[in-house]
Amino acid sequence: MNHDAIISFQGVSKHFGSVKAIENASFDIQRGEFFSLLGPSGCGKTTLLRMVAGFEIPNAGEIVIDGQPMSAIPPNHRPVNMVFQNYAIFPHLDVRNNIAFGMRKAGLTRAELDKRIDEALELIKLPGYGKRGADELSGGQRQRVALARALIKQPKVLLLDEPLGALDKKLREQMQIELRQLQQQIGITFLFVTHDQEEALTLSDRIAVMSEGEVMEIASPGQLYESPGSRFVADFIGSMNFFEGEITSLADSAVIVQTPVLGDVEVTGSDTAMAPGQKVWVAIRPEKMQPVFSDPGAGNNSVAGTMGPSAYLGDRSHFYVHLPQREEPVLVALQNLERSMSHLHKPNQPVWLQWTDDAVVALPRD
Amino acid sequence: MNTDRPWWRLDGFYIYAVLYLTFIYLPVLFLPLFSFNDSKYIAFPLKGFTLKWYEAMINNPPMLSALMNSLKIGLAVAILSTIFGLLAAKAVTRYRMPGRGPVVGFIMIPLVIPEIILGISLLILLNLADIPLSLWTVGFAHLLLCVPFSMLVLVSRMEGFDKSMEEAGLDLGETAWMTFWRVTFPIVLPGIIASLLLTFTISFDEFVLAFFLSSIDQTLPVYIWSSLRFPSKLPSTLALGAAIFMVSFIVVTFAEWIRRRGVRLDSTSGI
Ligand SMILES: Nc1ncnc2c1ncn2[C@@H]1O[C@H](COP(=O)(O)OP(=O)(O)O)[C@@H](O)[C@H]1O
Ligand SMILES: [Mg+2]
Repeated sequence: MNHDAIISFQGVSKHFGSVKAIENASFDIQRGEFFSLLGPSGCGKTTLLRMVAGFEIPNAGEIVIDGQPMSAIPPNHRPVNMVFQNYAIFPHLDVRNNIAFGMRKAGLTRAELDKRIDEALELIKLPGYGKRGADELSGGQRQRVALARALIKQPKVLLLDEPLGALDKKLREQMQIELRQLQQQIGITFLFVTHDQEEALTLSDRIAVMSEGEVMEIASPGQLYESPGSRFVADFIGSMNFFEGEITSLADSAVIVQTPVLGDVEVTGSDTAMAPGQKVWVAIRPEKMQPVFSDPGAGNNSVAGTMGPSAYLGDRSHFYVHLPQREEPVLVALQNLERSMSHLHKPNQPVWLQWTDDAVVALPRD
Repeated sequence: MNTDRPWWRLDGFYIYAVLYLTFIYLPVLFLPLFSFNDSKYIAFPLKGFTLKWYEAMINNPPMLSALMNSLKIGLAVAILSTIFGLLAAKAVTRYRMPGRGPVVGFIMIPLVIPEIILGISLLILLNLADIPLSLWTVGFAHLLLCVPFSMLVLVSRMEGFDKSMEEAGLDLGETAWMTFWRVTFPIVLPGIIASLLLTFTISFDEFVLAFFLSSIDQTLPVYIWSSLRFPSKLPSTLALGAAIFMVSFIVVTFAEWIRRRGVRLDSTSGI
């Protein structure tokens, strides 16, 4: 265990009857990190978070917070606080009293407490809202009050369970920026749960990608996107085109993968240990395949196809390109840098897709 | 209401509402009217204004003791049935226990059994068990009658109650007990008050069970019924009725105010 870990999961498992909600989770979260749990709904994110808060007891393993094992410690004595998915603002208390709720035993004088509450209201940009009732707040404001109520306790880790899920898109994006700034400002470790990969990429220092109770991969957003470790992660984060292939030879810092669709592909900087004969997926992101309309010639990392249907998305367009020997069309994403890109939206015209050497990732295939 | 219709074009609902209120309140308004009428006979034309029936009411020890009996039973029943209702509602809304449906159905049965059937069966039971009739037996029967009402009121209140509220209390450092006092209780309080008022009222004016199960100590409705045979006692009974009507009116208005406050609180528990 790293001595800088604020939370350490050590072989944590949780079963509900026959449902394995969490299977043998072992990883550390560093002090001051913005750490996200990302995965499809039902993969066990909430369960893992609730075990940290103490609302669920692991069937096996230990959760250590700041060097202290938590198994014998009830929720009200743990040095963590939670922002609930529905915020759980107390309806019978106004904003000030909601924020002050957890400070009863803090040993502050009335004046000190008032000052702390004012600071908290300042922090969440709601000064002057102290006397409002819970029913006089918008969704975004409730979310801020829930944040202030937890942060005023100065927890070692703040737990957030899909706190932005109930907000509309614009507000959600604004809150993402604020949340990130807030975390950097106060320096408290955030453990953040979301099923929205874009949100996780925007906010996090590191992300744990989960699937069916298991942690698949833990890495920074850039690493997860640019060099994912498995097909699942590559597919879950963003979009990805996969091509079957087999390694034929190893060059200095690259491997040559023979694929039926793309021909021989050179893959550089793949950190997976690879040997000739190994079956792999060759994976290329849609925005890293450039369409060109004249034959670039052989040996130029390109493949010929015909233009299929397209989708206009405002800032970018998606094109589906049919390749010979491949049923599923390849997805190509292009920024709409000019206002009129209509010359591209022509089905059935011949097109060549090009990519650079470092655009390609090789992933294990079995 | 916001319509384009001129005010003199009454719609059907308006007429219905007026007729309904007249039908409900006109008979009741005879109570205060005749309680101030200076005549033994309940008949028009009115004779003159007097307070002597109210005086007679105050100087009528049997009537006052019946009133006290009803108040005592009503209070005890309201408190006990609300406690039982609270526990039952908590069990029903919080835990998914096996056989929940039948158990709830069983508790709710007194709601649908005619009181006269309930009264007779309780009378037979008490006879068999050799338990003498008293205010206790009346109170017990009222409790049986009131718990389901209390439970209905409280279940609807607690179903809107979000479990994460209690977890938030724990998360913010309070014990389970303090979380109950600082979170659960205040949120459920409007339901508790509504239940207390409702069950008190049910017990206070319940006649059939009280008639079957009381002995010499009468509750107020039974006393009133027995005094109807003596015309001379009737006007002071009217005075009492008018007084009770006023008190009930105030209490119900208060309860409705609490309930509306509760509804306002409810609207915040979702997002
Ligand atoms: N209290 C519970 N009782 C039974 N099963 C549960 C309970 N909580 C969660 N589960 C199950 O555990 C799995 C993981 O749930 P959860 O942690 O809520 O997933 P997520 O938050 O990632 O959507 C799901 O299959 C869910 O049905
Ligand atoms: Mg969840």
